[in-house]
Amino acid sequence: MSTTAKTHPELSEVFNKDEQRVNWHDETLWWIRQKRDKSAHSIPEWEVLREKASQIKNNALSNLAEYLVSFEEKALANGIIVHWAADAQEHNQIVHQILQKHDIRQLVKSKSMLTEECHLNEYLEKQGLEVIDSDLGERIVQLAKEPPSHIVLPCIHKKKEEIGDLFHQHLGVAAGTSDPQILTEAARVHLRETFLTRRAALTGVNFAIAETGEFVVCTNEGNADMGAHLADVHIACMGIEKIIPKRKHLGVFLRLLARSATGQPITTYSSHFKKPRAGQEMHLVLVDNGRTVQMGREDFRASLKCIRCGACMNTCPVYRRSGGHSYHYAISGPIGAILAPNLDREKYADLPFASTLCGSCSNVCPVKIDIHQQLYKWRQVIVQEGYATSGKKMSMKIMNYTLSSPGVYKTAGKAGRWVLKYIPFAVNNHFNPWYKQREMPEVPKESFGEWYKKNVK
Amino acid sequence: MKRVGLFIPCYVDQFYPNAGIATYQLLKKLGLDVTYPTGQTCCGQPMANSGFEHLTGDCNQLFVDNFAEFDYIVSPSGSCVLHLKEHLHTEKSEPQAAAIRTKVYELVEFLVDVLQVKNLKAKFPYKVGLHQSCHGQRGLLLTQMSELVAPYFSKPQQLLAQVEGLELINLKREDECCGFGGTFCVVEEAVSVKMGKDRVKDHQANGAEYITGADMSCLMHMEGILKRENSNVKVLHIAEILNAG
Repeated sequence: MSTTAKTHPELSEVFNKDEQRVNWHDETLWWIRQKRDKSAHSIPEWEVLREKASQIKNNALSNLAEYLVSFEEKALANGIIVHWAADAQEHNQIVHQILQKHDIRQLVKSKSMLTEECHLNEYLEKQGLEVIDSDLGERIVQLAKEPPSHIVLPCIHKKKEEIGDLFHQHLGVAAGTSDPQILTEAARVHLRETFLTRRAALTGVNFAIAETGEFVVCTNEGNADMGAHLADVHIACMGIEKIIPKRKHLGVFLRLLARSATGQPITTYSSHFKKPRAGQEMHLVLVDNGRTVQMGREDFRASLKCIRCGACMNTCPVYRRSGGHSYHYAISGPIGAILAPNLDREKYADLPFASTLCGSCSNVCPVKIDIHQQLYKWRQVIVQEGYATSGKKMSMKIMNYTLSSPGVYKTAGKAGRWVLKYIPFAVNNHFNPWYKQREMPEVPKESFGEWYKKNVK
Repeated sequence: MKRVGLFIPCYVDQFYPNAGIATYQLLKKLGLDVTYPTGQTCCGQPMANSGFEHLTGDCNQLFVDNFAEFDYIVSPSGSCVLHLKEHLHTEKSEPQAAAIRTKVYELVEFLVDVLQVKNLKAKFPYKVGLHQSCHGQRGLLLTQMSELVAPYFSKPQQLLAQVEGLELINLKREDECCGFGGTFCVVEEAVSVKMGKDRVKDHQANGAEYITGADMSCLMHMEGILKRENSNVKVLHIAEILNAG
């Protein structure tokens, strides 16, 4: 999806051709949003927790260099091999080299949005390696040769019948199977076999603790543990913003993460990794990939506070009706729309406009990122850097000319109303996106200004 | 007596003068000294939200020239008021612009917070659905938001409760966006319309005869959808209901 030239409006239009599917997508995600609400409302100190998390993250970002150095020092002392990657390519090469060193050609992965961001699977597959995603949702989209459409619920856009077809094709399940129980069993058998035979496992990192040099991985399926515990080599990959200062801060985030994501009180497995077990090699790759640049942008640095809960996607009325793939970036939804332009303004120029700026995303964010304010600010940057279409530039100049002069404005208003009234087909046609599925407003006999002049002054 | 400057947003002026007239009459009824400066045009939001905030300089200056002299500026549009509060700046008259940013009010918040209206003497015997426009709700805090863990309050409901005969219906999703979003409604036509259709359906399913709100733009969008569906449900700006009867 990320290689396509199509924009959010175009991709959303395709998604909206099947209205029943849009309804189902919207209702499923809204149901999760409601679970989140119920769970949040069961904690009286919820807003205090959000504020705390926000401040801990602010502190972590403000002292990032110091915390990273301290983290590396502790991790090395614990026996973890630490690598630093400036960008996606370097990250992919490091992972590849580790596997080459051990002559390993098969990798089992647990969920990691960072590796999606770096396109690790594609890279390793090109080198002739086999990669199997072990998170069930990730495995499903992998079989479908699609990127995940949601960071917490990677295959939320797929119906169980479609998953049945995929499993029939790839895992030998009987044709026409759509019973979730049977499908899950089939995936379980398939993944067990994978865990038992792979010598290398890759996991993401949810939180890295500067104080102790340990890291925490949260999963609902326990697949990160299964992979890491059985493999000879454990590779963990993290963006440098995953640092939190102390172990005591972890509780704040663990209480917020799962509740915001799915409404669960806590993720089923919160696995702490501190040092390799005897005979195992543990690698940790710390990745920048544009993060330090984003740190330097005052208006946008708060986006790095994100803990990847996906709450902003579930609440976003646009995301629910356009699907994750319409964002054509590894991280979809409102948070993706403020992260993506940091990497490539031209390619992702459409994303900050894929929002009504309703502000719901900022309200659900457990670390209080001002997402909708950043969307507004990215729009200004994108236009200033010249990525607006020429039609839009022209119409904005005309608008500015009209609205800067009361005389021009009054004449234009009158002319516009006259056109609507006497030659409605000039606007009521398929070139007018408003008219496609909506009626134009009825034309009043006079404007407010004209009424005021007649009746008051 | 304090002087109130009436700001009627461009699209209300051109397409929904009745919302403007109701606002004017309502404020007059409440005994205020209201003036509509005739040189006004627009708050500049359509340009700013499209990423062209740098083009709004002349428009902002015009706004300041028209409204600097008033004690209060009142407007029947949460979205425009929020834009002014957050983004009205000028090179020439920044102190005046700064003052305007603090004395500009959306009609509902002005009635509830400044005038503290307790008895409106309005009558509107219909089933009404209240659309919470996002900029009014989450930007101006007209109503508590469903995402936050905090006690409930609603300024528009406080006013609608004073209207005789009005029955406020419940909604399944009380503060879902309607999908208007300024230029979003044309740039993202497919999603915008789908959001609007869903929003309208929630009101219809709960028996609304009218949909009201503090932002005519959202209502214009929903009206366009209702009319295309040949629905009997009508839209009215909250000022028209508060001024009715």
